[in-house]
Amino acid sequence: MFRIIAEMLSYPFLVRALICGILLSVSASLLGVSLVLKRYSMIGDGLSHVGFGALAIATAFHWAPLAVSIPIVVIAAFLLLRLNENTRIKGDAAIALISTGALAIGILIVSLTTGVNIDIYNYMFGSVLAIDKTSFWISIVVCIVIIVLFFLFYNRIFAVTFDEDFTKATQAKSGGINLLIALLTAVIIVLGMRLMGALLISALIIFPALSSMRVFKSYKRVTISSAIISVICFVVGIFCSYTLSTPVGATVVVTNIIAFLIFFIIGKIRIRKEP
Amino acid sequence: MSIIDCKHLSVSYEGRTIVSDVSFSISAGDYLCIVGENGSGKTTLMRTLLGLKKPDKGEVLFSDGCSVGKASDASHKWVHKIGYLPQKSNLQKDFPASVMEIVLSGTLNDNGLFYTKKEKKKAISAMESLGILDIRKRSFMELSGGQQQRVLLARALCATEDILFLDEPVAGLDPKVTQDMYEMIKTLNEIGITIVMISHDIEAALEYSNHILHLNKDMDFFGTTEEYKKTELCEHYLCHIPDHLHHDDDCEICKERSHV
Ligand SMILES: Nc1ncnc2c1ncn2[C@@H]1O[C@H](COP(=O)(O)OP(=O)(O)O)[C@@H](O)[C@H]1O
Ligand SMILES: [Mg+2]
Repeated sequence: MFRIIAEMLSYPFLVRALICGILLSVSASLLGVSLVLKRYSMIGDGLSHVGFGALAIATAFHWAPLAVSIPIVVIAAFLLLRLNENTRIKGDAAIALISTGALAIGILIVSLTTGVNIDIYNYMFGSVLAIDKTSFWISIVVCIVIIVLFFLFYNRIFAVTFDEDFTKATQAKSGGINLLIALLTAVIIVLGMRLMGALLISALIIFPALSSMRVFKSYKRVTISSAIISVICFVVGIFCSYTLSTPVGATVVVTNIIAFLIFFIIGKIRIRKEP
Repeated sequence: MSIIDCKHLSVSYEGRTIVSDVSFSISAGDYLCIVGENGSGKTTLMRTLLGLKKPDKGEVLFSDGCSVGKASDASHKWVHKIGYLPQKSNLQKDFPASVMEIVLSGTLNDNGLFYTKKEKKKAISAMESLGILDIRKRSFMELSGGQQQRVLLARALCATEDILFLDEPVAGLDPKVTQDMYEMIKTLNEIGITIVMISHDIEAALEYSNHILHLNKDMDFFGTTEEYKKTELCEHYLCHIPDHLHHDDDCEICKERSHV
């Protein structure tokens, strides 16, 4: 096994994917706790489809992928947030509309121009090869910024997530926190999409938080445990994907499913023991 | 001097007017009770005062110069430090949060990002005065309704220095805890915190408050509690009016009164 690890680390692109993936996992899982608790999981999923559409368009017209897709996904995030707050429009239906719409437009543009090539395939299902040097450094910097922002605003994010009305009523500056969460989510999705795939990236956000919530009952513990689960699952996932020659994205999601099952069982055992 | 001035306020949900043309004012140190039957718009009115809902007409002026009105942004800057206990509540069932985390979140003011010793002390003393210090490490969602209510009140206490808004603070509490809660709120009022409380419990409202606002879509009464006691409205509300939801044939107060 050590031999395989040494072998993996001798490939620069794998080292890049590993470092990038670990940072992405941490940032995604930190945001995930809030998104899951605010019932925004579907927004994450919707955004990844929008991200796919944007990347497809960028590829078709030979534009810089990140420069095009980040602003588009950020705008979509604000729109989805608005829709969700508006009680008259059914939030989930609107998200489904936008996400399938973006996916369809993306696929249409691709088939009309370049055809389904390897780039598009990678956007959908992810690839370790996707992280070139430029996007590596962009991802590192952005992830670190996200993690630092999360820690700075941790208490405020908790307050808004737990009880938005109370926070709005008693604190003047609470309005920005939702926007901050949406913005960071949009950025994480676009960055993580190329490694994990548009269809799978939201798993990186949702699963660790859900697993942690089976066992831990305070916000701080859930947050810490999510970050740890997320990193472990990613590392195990990328290792398995290398040894079994499977796509990274799908392999990482499956390790997350296994982690969820383990935590689910631990949670059940705990409840039975307590009373 | 009035701390909140509410002028000709009308609020609607989806085109349906819930509260229309309500005017009143609250002075510093007042204890105002808002009463009225279910669905008469008490919660809606309070949410409007708090800037959580925009009014259609009229405005709310605060003595610190803030206003909630049609033109102004709903999220405005508070100078007054206010606390809020929401109506029991649409909080999620499975939210992982410890009691301490929740109470501390009440101390976040406009500038701080992290909790200092001062905030922690404040949270601890709020929990102590409500008798929940020993459960501070427990998970909020595993607590009983009464304990949860006290946690949320402790959080409101941490946020308040000037005004405390309470939306049915005793709903679902047992009589002993209810009594404690009222005494607690009374003590806060005595140290100078203005209380605005929504209550179904008219008897307690009459006992503790010094002003009453009776809502019934439009405003039926606003004035001091002494004046209110003399009105027919009060008598009717206490008893015998079948279309007042809480005073039907099963109502204990009504039974008692008709026996006497
Ligand atoms: N978010 C909402 N959307 C639409 N209608 C609402 C909403 N909240 C309250 N209402 C309506 O407003 C009316 C007043 O409700 P509320 O202010 O909660 O009354 P109260 O607190 O006096 O019982 C009710 O008829 C209710 O159906
Ligand atoms: Mg109400």
